[in-house]
Amino acid sequence: MTDAGELTVTLLRFGFLLLLWVLVLSTVGALRRDLVVGRRNKVGTPTAREIRRNPDLVEQAPPARTTARQLVVTEGPLTGTVLELAASPILLGRAQESSIVLEDDYASGRHARLFPQGSRWFVEDLGSTNGTYLAGQQLTRALPVEPGVPIRIGKTVIELRP
Amino acid sequence: MSDVLTAPRSRRNIELVLLLLALVVAIGANFLANLGRNEPLGDYFWSQALTLGLMSLFLHIVLRFRAKYADPVILPIVTALNGIGLAMIHRLDLSAVSVNPDFTPVAPQQVMWTAVAIGAAAILLLVFRDHRILRRFTYTSLIVSAVLLLLPLMPPPLGLEINGARIWISVGFGTFQPGEIAKITLAIFFAGYLSTNRDLILLAGKKIGPLQLPRFRDLAPMAAAWVVSIGVLIFQRDLGSSILFFGLFMVMIYVATSRVSWVLIGLAMIAGGVFVALELFSHVALRFDSWINAFDPDVYNRSPGGSGQVVQGLFGLADGGLLGTGLGGGRPDLVTYANSDMIIAALGEELGLIGVVAIVMLYVILVSRGIRAALGTKDGFGKLLACGLSFTIALQCFVVIGGITRLIPLTGLTTPFMSAGGSSLLANWLIVALLLLISETARRPVTSTPMKNSFPEPVGVTGKISRTREAREGNR
Repeated sequence: MTDAGELTVTLLRFGFLLLLWVLVLSTVGALRRDLVVGRRNKVGTPTAREIRRNPDLVEQAPPARTTARQLVVTEGPLTGTVLELAASPILLGRAQESSIVLEDDYASGRHARLFPQGSRWFVEDLGSTNGTYLAGQQLTRALPVEPGVPIRIGKTVIELRP
Repeated sequence: MSDVLTAPRSRRNIELVLLLLALVVAIGANFLANLGRNEPLGDYFWSQALTLGLMSLFLHIVLRFRAKYADPVILPIVTALNGIGLAMIHRLDLSAVSVNPDFTPVAPQQVMWTAVAIGAAAILLLVFRDHRILRRFTYTSLIVSAVLLLLPLMPPPLGLEINGARIWISVGFGTFQPGEIAKITLAIFFAGYLSTNRDLILLAGKKIGPLQLPRFRDLAPMAAAWVVSIGVLIFQRDLGSSILFFGLFMVMIYVATSRVSWVLIGLAMIAGGVFVALELFSHVALRFDSWINAFDPDVYNRSPGGSGQVVQGLFGLADGGLLGTGLGGGRPDLVTYANSDMIIAALGEELGLIGVVAIVMLYVILVSRGIRAALGTKDGFGKLLACGLSFTIALQCFVVIGGITRLIPLTGLTTPFMSAGGSSLLANWLIVALLLLISETARRPVTSTPMKNSFPEPVGVTGKISRTREAREGNR
């Protein structure tokens, strides 16, 4: 093989190792952006710069006329879980199809339901064994939920946040 | 079990970019292997490039339609690993053919298996919309696992004995290792069983000091896992799979209960098993001896059970050094089973430490994404299944790379996605499909199932809700 040919082969060899690491690092790069997404929950309203970089932030605004935007678990095994509210109702209970699966012996399979109506969210007990409590009062019918009022199901307490 | 929520974003475009990069790596590796051996680009080069390219792009399109929110990096990583494996198998074929012109190349069959495996993964994604359906098959998959593990022990027309291990069966066109599929079905069984009985196992039992001991009857599944592992070791003479099955169960029960007592009991049981195996079976004792005294000339030349294979692999790794000899530049063909068990040694020789660390990084990212999917999904079954499946990949890598670098005794496990062998490739692509499904449920925006007798809306509610869901997805 000529010198020039050998040089090309050597360059290709190192080029391939470089390419492997480019793949690894770009994968990590894609993940880094994936991890940053969660931060939005803490910082509140995105800045104009964040919106320019990440137009999704604006589109994620809640459906019109509903004031509460998030559901936060404040007590119980799932403490800290945050769920973005959309336009669809939310099922709470031990059943696997629930929006929040409660790992709680005092919760029924399909325990309670949160649903939007008009500009407000309502909570309704679905015939649970141990009952659902809104601000300490056991629910007997569907009642509107204001942001910040605790809803207790077994050991779990959830709140809506604006 | 904690939940980590991510903002719902389909990241298929970034997947496409990474996939194209992965294909450049895979096809580039094959190109360099041909260049290094001074071979013209033959039919094989094009068939590898086309099969891998078309099938992985097909799977990408399937994901766009069926699992829009699935993890974007899993598919590119796996495609790259598979492609590098194909290139190395082909490169070893070229060496073997130059020594013995009658040698039948292994790579074309591996390319065929790649197509079959990616096709099977696509079918799995098309058939199952949701991994939770698998929970219904908890006990069915236990029976399927038992059948799969017993198949190789059937009399010769079906069961085959190769190199002393009875883990193959003969199917029309070749051989198949049912144990590879059994690791998936066992993971489904453990996940289903533990997610159902977790509370029972956690609450019952005596407490002695800091350890809460489980009840005797709750030990039954652990005993079953132990019997399976020891049975595989005794009857199939396969130490690697035996470690894999028991490790899988230990990890899943620890993840389900977070009880150290289970791990301690499991370790005690496996230590007892290994001690008995060392006393009773010469092949296990020889493995240990050729690990500890690998460089002893007697041990090196002993047959069977000598350390020639692992020591040749180490020589290869040493020859490769930091930068490697370049694909086609080394002599990885001197190592026996260089294209299956020892493929990491071959890659280490020709790509060097820098290349092998990149490959290990790809495995690490793959496993971490599997565990990320487990953290993200909301159902206990999915969490356990994703954890178990990603752990099998991690444990296989550890056992194989640890064995090749003489950190632990060498055992015959396949390197996921790289080793020559269709059953392993098929099983691992199915695992990838399951991880993609679970990551899809973990990252999909929350939409609750429309309920009957919905309070605020009239009866025709189902259509209304699905319309709003479509509208929102359309916005993104």
